Amino acid sequence: MRILFKTSYLDDIRLFQHSGQVFWYSVLVACLLLAPLALGDFYVGELSYVFILAIAGVGLMLLIGYTGLVSLGHGAFMAIGAYTHTYLITKGVPFLIAFPTAGVAALLAGILVAVPANRMAGIYLAIATLAFSQIVEQIIIRWESVTRGFQGMPVPSPEIFGHALARPWEFYYFCLGVLVLVVFAAANLTRSPTGRAMVAIRDSEISAQSLGVNLVQYKTIAFAVSAGITGLGGALLAHKLRFISPDAFNILLSIQLLLMVVVGGLGSITGAILGAVFVGGLPQAIALMRDYLPTAIARTPGLEPGLFGLVMVSVVLFEPLGIYGRWLKIKAYFDYFPLYRRATFKRQRSYLKTERVR
Amino acid sequence: MTLTQTRNEAAIETAPVAPRSQPAAAPALFQADDISISFGGIRAVDGVTFDVADGEIFAIVGPNGAGKSTIFNLISRIYQPTGGRLIFKGQDITNVAPHTIASRGIARTFQNIELFEHATVLDNLLIGRHCRAKPNIFAEMLFTAGVRRRELEHREAVEEVIDFLDLANYRDQRISGLPYGVRKVVELARALCAKPKLLLLDEPASGLNTEETEEVAFWIDDIKNDLGITVIMIEHDMSLVSAVSNRVLALNNGRMLALGTPGQVQSNPAVIEAYLGGEAP
Repeated sequence: MRILFKTSYLDDIRLFQHSGQVFWYSVLVACLLLAPLALGDFYVGELSYVFILAIAGVGLMLLIGYTGLVSLGHGAFMAIGAYTHTYLITKGVPFLIAFPTAGVAALLAGILVAVPANRMAGIYLAIATLAFSQIVEQIIIRWESVTRGFQGMPVPSPEIFGHALARPWEFYYFCLGVLVLVVFAAANLTRSPTGRAMVAIRDSEISAQSLGVNLVQYKTIAFAVSAGITGLGGALLAHKLRFISPDAFNILLSIQLLLMVVVGGLGSITGAILGAVFVGGLPQAIALMRDYLPTAIARTPGLEPGLFGLVMVSVVLFEPLGIYGRWLKIKAYFDYFPLYRRATFKRQRSYLKTERVR
Repeated sequence: MTLTQTRNEAAIETAPVAPRSQPAAAPALFQADDISISFGGIRAVDGVTFDVADGEIFAIVGPNGAGKSTIFNLISRIYQPTGGRLIFKGQDITNVAPHTIASRGIARTFQNIELFEHATVLDNLLIGRHCRAKPNIFAEMLFTAGVRRRELEHREAVEEVIDFLDLANYRDQRISGLPYGVRKVVELARALCAKPKLLLLDEPASGLNTEETEEVAFWIDDIKNDLGITVIMIEHDMSLVSAVSNRVLALNNGRMLALGTPGQVQSNPAVIEAYLGGEAP
């Protein structure tokens, strides 16, 4: 068991709390850097896909997990990012300018959504964002001069300073780099006043307000940052897909993103990444399993969505804090072994608020 | 109508701290001028007027539904009064935005503890510093040296409050695992982190045992004497009210019943009638 002995306030602020974390994260980064050497092109491509999902997941996590605003329409921000990016690079704008512009376009769309969203909460907000994603889908279908509607658009290879990132491992490193930057920015945000204001809004709007948090301003910031990051993910997804059309960004993508943050563990950035590994990896796991399963099951149509649904329901029922929450519990078990008490994480009902009259 | 009296004798007996007297002719820090609010047809607060001097401890008492918490919600601008004015430090705050109240120097606690359940005690207190922070989201994403320096300053300020209210044991614990009594103290601490001039305490002793209530009385005294913060509190526990407060306002059905020293208010026939019902003895 590790006992943290803090001697300065900096010990509370550090991104890595102790040397063990530094070591394990270094190992992880080293493994990811070396992965293209060991894996074939297919798995390198799949890992890039996981990184892209993780980028969008971190964006959505800031909104749902930290600010407590549920969005069912984040696929639309990915679409806005993807289409802006593709449109710009096909018009000859350099990749390194088009990419951030895609993020900014999604960010502006986020601000636009935040205007009505500031008046809504809970299920109403979820429905409003769902409606927003439908609107975006319709716009993409009908604005043919820019998006080419149902025909879709081919996406050229990313090109940085005249060098095309044509091979999968080059694109892999680019996605990894963006993911590291996004995680760094999000982690910094969560340990500074803005991140704390978001958590305050999530847990109690009324006391957040009485402590000086401008609800409208911070909800808008949360939507904008979240949409912007998701838009960056969308721009990368366009490259991964190589061909974008409206049905690539339908409601299923939004639901996948939501599934990611819930299964990964609400309220932690690590959770968003674990969720991305899960959502990105499950189809591969199913594909691998197909060979070993009885034909009757393996050939069942809808096996994948069915399993996704099953996992979602089980997580909500048995582990509301998701994969990351379960990991913390396992870690605590070994930290305190053999003194671990079964009831350590037992959910306690709090009767402080008058829930009966609600 | 500022009343300037020394505290009554009974109060001094129950809390033998430094004898205190209200500064003579102190300028009013806060004034409520004929404030009213009605919800539908019900006048929850009806023409209430009082002022609170700098360095005073002012208590509001009254039976359930008298409009006590509503007055707090009016002061913290959660409700918009239908009539009257609120004046703080000489400025009219009747129409300012609710989130600016904290930076003007008014902090509060809530009757049904409103803490950030899924954050640690430390994070809760740091949110209390929000009104003293000037967040710049771009600098924060990069965590620049300036952000780091300000963050350290916030932590130092929070640590002083943790020392003051003896919360070091619970510093890194999540609120959701804390007992009720500790939560009340954390909420008080969070309000203090905002470095207010005026502190609104909504039933600081409700649900606490006798020992904890005495502790609260000490803290309120310390808050006034050591930190120089003026306190308005809503409280049912008359022993606490008479132990710490300089003046008491009694309300019933949104109207003022009496205003004066704890002794005066407790012996006021209208107050006794409102609390016990029926004819005054």
